[in-house]
Parts: sequence; structure tokens; C-alpha cells
Amino acid sequence: MLIELRGIHKTYDNGQPLHVLKGIDLGIDQGEFVSIMGASGSGKSTLLNILGILDNYDEGEYWLDGKLIKNLSETEAAHYRNCLVGFVFQSFNLINFKTAVENVELPLYYQGVSRKKRNELAMHFLEHFGLADWATHYPNELSGGQKQRVAIARALITQPRILLADEPTGALDSKTSVEVMNLLTELNRTEKVTIIVVTHESGVANCTDKIIHIKDGVIGETTMNEQHKASVFGTATIMK
Amino acid sequence: MKDLFEEIWESIKRNKLRTALTGFAVAWGIFMLIVLLGAGNGLMNAFMNQGDRFATNTMAVYGGVTSKPANGYQVGRGIELNDRDITITQSALFADYVDKVSPVLYNGPYTLVFKSQHLSTYLCACNPDLLDMNKIELLFGRFINRNDITMQRKTIVLAAAHARELLNGGEDYASLLGKTVTGGGITWLVVGVYKTDRSAQRVEDYVPISTIQTLHNKRNMVGQINFSFHGLTTREENEQFEKTYRAALNRAHKAAPDDESSIWIWNRFTQNMQMDKGTHFIRRALWILGIFTLVGGIVGVSNIMLITVKERTREFGIRKAIGASPWEIMKLILAESVSITALFGYIGMFLGMVACEVMKMTVGQSSVEFFGETVQLFVNPTVGLGISVGVTILLVIAGTLAGISPAMKAARIRPIEALNET
Repeated sequence: MLIELRGIHKTYDNGQPLHVLKGIDLGIDQGEFVSIMGASGSGKSTLLNILGILDNYDEGEYWLDGKLIKNLSETEAAHYRNCLVGFVFQSFNLINFKTAVENVELPLYYQGVSRKKRNELAMHFLEHFGLADWATHYPNELSGGQKQRVAIARALITQPRILLADEPTGALDSKTSVEVMNLLTELNRTEKVTIIVVTHESGVANCTDKIIHIKDGVIGETTMNEQHKASVFGTATIMK
Repeated sequence: MKDLFEEIWESIKRNKLRTALTGFAVAWGIFMLIVLLGAGNGLMNAFMNQGDRFATNTMAVYGGVTSKPANGYQVGRGIELNDRDITITQSALFADYVDKVSPVLYNGPYTLVFKSQHLSTYLCACNPDLLDMNKIELLFGRFINRNDITMQRKTIVLAAAHARELLNGGEDYASLLGKTVTGGGITWLVVGVYKTDRSAQRVEDYVPISTIQTLHNKRNMVGQINFSFHGLTTREENEQFEKTYRAALNRAHKAAPDDESSIWIWNRFTQNMQMDKGTHFIRRALWILGIFTLVGGIVGVSNIMLITVKERTREFGIRKAIGASPWEIMKLILAESVSITALFGYIGMFLGMVACEVMKMTVGQSSVEFFGETVQLFVNPTVGLGISVGVTILLVIAGTLAGISPAMKAARIRPIEALNET
């Protein structure tokens, strides 16, 4: 198992204690393409933050690639985020005053890779995503789809063990959403990237091979979706 | 390293006005510091110029008036130093410390006449050893020598300022050598001319002591004893020596050994120690004043960096999410803070040094009349390389201090909270 969660509990305490995750057990294998679905407030974002080592948990164990991710110092957590995890966000989260290629190479900067080498690598990734012509453009000069592709390139440049996507199509129109989901599918098929998508759109979830439903802080049913027939709106659409 | 500076440059470029205003506060602080130190140095240099005129390891001894009854004499008896005191000074008793001894007898005023020029002066009667003790710098000819003393020659060493007056403003002092001047009804042979500067308080001309003693029938009188010494390094040692020395002279004049007003001792070494203390104090006070001014600038930088951190919260959140450690984030803020402080600090330092040079060219060239004496208030009011290095270190420390609290705030940013901000 690449990812193994055992009895994860998480309580937020903002004046009043809020028990968000109530014992999550989850296993995800290398090369899987999984979506986590749930209504807002179900705890799916918290789960994603824990998976991405952005947040810590109160009880249980989280093993990622054979390493126990628990009680890490800020510096250790940063190191693991840098090498093991790639993030794709709903709002892209590109740095506005850096060009596309500078954004893509930033994770390598924190690995101490030389300037020349990381620039080469970033250009290679941008080319792969068909963005070579846009390399020196700033994020505000790019379309939503292009921004998300730059973000995916940035997430993948360190060759992480998992790619975490938090509502990756949330800010995109339906046509671009399809493109982005196709890109993720292709990455999973050809490059064997392990991808976990958090979404509340069934169309997006339908693109993945396995749908994990989360409700009120516990895992409900897990639907195997190799046939991609889970969407009530048909197989080839993303609901918008 | 280059990446770090690129990041800083980006950040500064985005906030030009803000950076400039903050920088002004720092530049102003350093400017004030440099100008204060420069002016302080000018004052102290002028001060030191007076003190520099004598070798520091010398003492001057004068006779005074007794303040204690002793050996049947009442108080208020005047003491005049004589040749016997010279012998005591040179005796085995003080041989461990005393080097050269010269009697000094001031005589005058005399009117010196050369051709149609004349001037009023005091003649300082001495022996050859005074040359080193008073740091007399000869321009032409020689100083009083042993033969002058033994043969009681009527030779004179003129001050350059006097030579100029006698030549009616002429500069060819050497032409006076071998010529004679008259003074006090005696004809003196000019054997040397020594250098005088503007700040010198009283200008005198030197003649052999034996000549004056004979001429004025003051066989034994010496007026004042100057001597150089060695091996007395602490205040305690000096005081101990002065005590023994005073006692010896007092006994010779039948005064109470511990009478402090019968024999006056002016120790230039301890005097100098005192002065050093004073200048250290002034210098420290100026540093403190300057640094207080600088603190204002530092608070400004700190303030700006806090705003920067607030504005860039989301960006720092992204950086942390993709793997920046807290230290990487701190480094960004600290480096920016140090860069701003150092850059504008150097501008301030440069302007401060320009201001010092201007001071040197204006106030530094003027002198004021002070109780009839010409005194320079400022001499070379500039700061040296040492202070520049000190200021550089100060700037880096100041920049770090200014940045440390904002940097820590930035390092504590939690990525999930930062990313949720819109």
C-alpha cells in the first residue's frame, strides 16, 4: 500500500470542539486513480490536507510510502511535501509575479537543484503539456485551463509519489474541465501517477477508477468505477 | 544566492515608494551618526593638537608656595627651583625612571630686532634635551647644543612664526641662519629655526640656559624642570613616583615632605590618560546618540516588513505547500530587510561623509580668537575606515533585528489557512 490510514481522528477546536474526522481507515495503492466525494462539511478537505501533510491529526496512523507521517516538525513536513506530494488546487495558486516556467521550477529550487537544470526540466514539462509558447507569460496572461496545466506541471516536476487535486475543475468551464480531467487520466494511464481527486461533482468523480464517499467524518461506500458509469448524467459529461 | 537576490529585487520593485520612504529613515539615521561622529572627531582632533605638542612621558616641575609649616618656617614661603633640584632629579634615587632632564627658565618679554623689524617675545632658556621633550621640529639649522651650554654662547633658535615676522613676511627662513638679532641689549646668533603651527598657544625662542643664568646673575635659578621618564605605566605608579619626588625636593627646600603646594608637578602622562578618558566618553556618547536616531529607521523597516508579510501571506502559503521550509521563508524576509537597511544605510553613510568633507573645507579651516589665543575648533572632522567598517556591521545587525520579528511571523504562516484566504 502506498497510502495507509488507520483510525484517523481530527477535531478542530475553535471555541467549540468540532469532530471532523471520526476514524478514517483507507488504503490506496500505487497507480490508483481515486476520487473522494462528499458534501461540504463532510470532512473531505480536512482528509486531503492530512494526506498532503498540510495538517496534522489527533489520533491514528498515516503511512505514506512506508513512512509514518506523524508529529513532524515544520521543516520535515516541508521536506516530505516537497518530495512526496504534488498539489493541484481549485484556484490554481500560482505565484502572480513569476512566469509560468518560474512557477513550475519553484519546487526544484527548494530541493537545491541548480538554476540551469531546473529551468531545463521545467521547460520540458511545459512542452509536454503544450505550454512551451507560454513559458514566459505571467499567470494573469493565461486562461484558466492553461493555469491549471501549469499548476499540474508544477505539482509533477519533483516526480512525487501522489498527486492531490482539490476540486481541480472548480474554477473551470465544462469544456476545460473535460480537458483537465482527460489530462489527469492520461497521466494516470501512461505515467502511472497515483492521483487522488477531491470533488463534490459526480461527473468529475466518474472520470476516476474508484470513488470513495465520505459523510459526516466517516467513509461510506467505496464504488469501483472501472467502467466509468457512475455518473447519473451519462458517461461522457462532466456536470456543470 | 542569486535567486535570493532576484526574489528581493522583485519584492522591492513592486513597492518602490514604500521602500524608498523606509530607506530614507535608515539613511537619515546613518547620516546623523556619521555627521555626529565626524564633528566629534573634529572637536577631539583640535583638542588633541594641543596635547600633542609635548612628548607624553614628560613631567614639568615648578616651585610654588608652602602650605605647611616646617623646620621653623611659616607657611606662605615661596620656593624657587635651582641647580640642586636638577642634581636631585638626576640622582641615583630616581635613575630607574628619569631619562633626560632640562631646566627651563622663561625670560622676558624681550624685543627682538632684525634690521627694521622687531617683535616682542619670551626667551626660553633650556639645555639640548628639551628638543625631544617638547617635540620641537627643526626646519633649518640646529638646536641648542652642549657647546652652547658650556661656553655660554649667545645663540638663539627662532620660532618660524617669528622668523617670518623678522623677515617682514618672507619665507626664506634659512637666510636668517648665521645672522644676528638683538634682544635685551644683547646680540644673538641665529643657529636654527623650528616649526610652529597656527594652533600653538605661545610662541617662544630658545636660548642656552647657562647664558641666561650668567647674564642675569641667576647662577642657580632654573625656574622649571622638565624631564622625561619611563617605566611608569599606571596611575598608581605615577602617583607613587610623584609623592617620593615631591618629598625629596621639599626636603631640599626645608619644606614639609608632603606639602603639595610648594612643588607643582605637571605630569603629561596622567594628564593624557585623563584626556583619553574624556575623549572615549564623548565618542561613546556620540555613538549612543547616533544609534538612537538609527533606531527610528529600524522601527520603520520592521513596520514595512510586517506589512509585506501580511500582503504576501498567500504566496508564502503556496511556497510552503510546495515544500519551502520555515527557514526558507525567514531567509526571504531577513535578506530583504538587511538589503534595504544596508543599501540605504550606505547611501546615508556616503552623504554623511560628503557632509564631513564639506565641514572640513568650511568650519575646519576657520579658527577663533579665544582669550587672545588663536584656536581651531575643528581639525579634520572626518570619520576613518574603522568607523565605516563598524557602521557596516551595525547596519547588518540592524537589518537583521528589524527583520527578525516579521520573518518569524512569516515562518509561522500555516499553509491551509493562507491558501483559504482570497
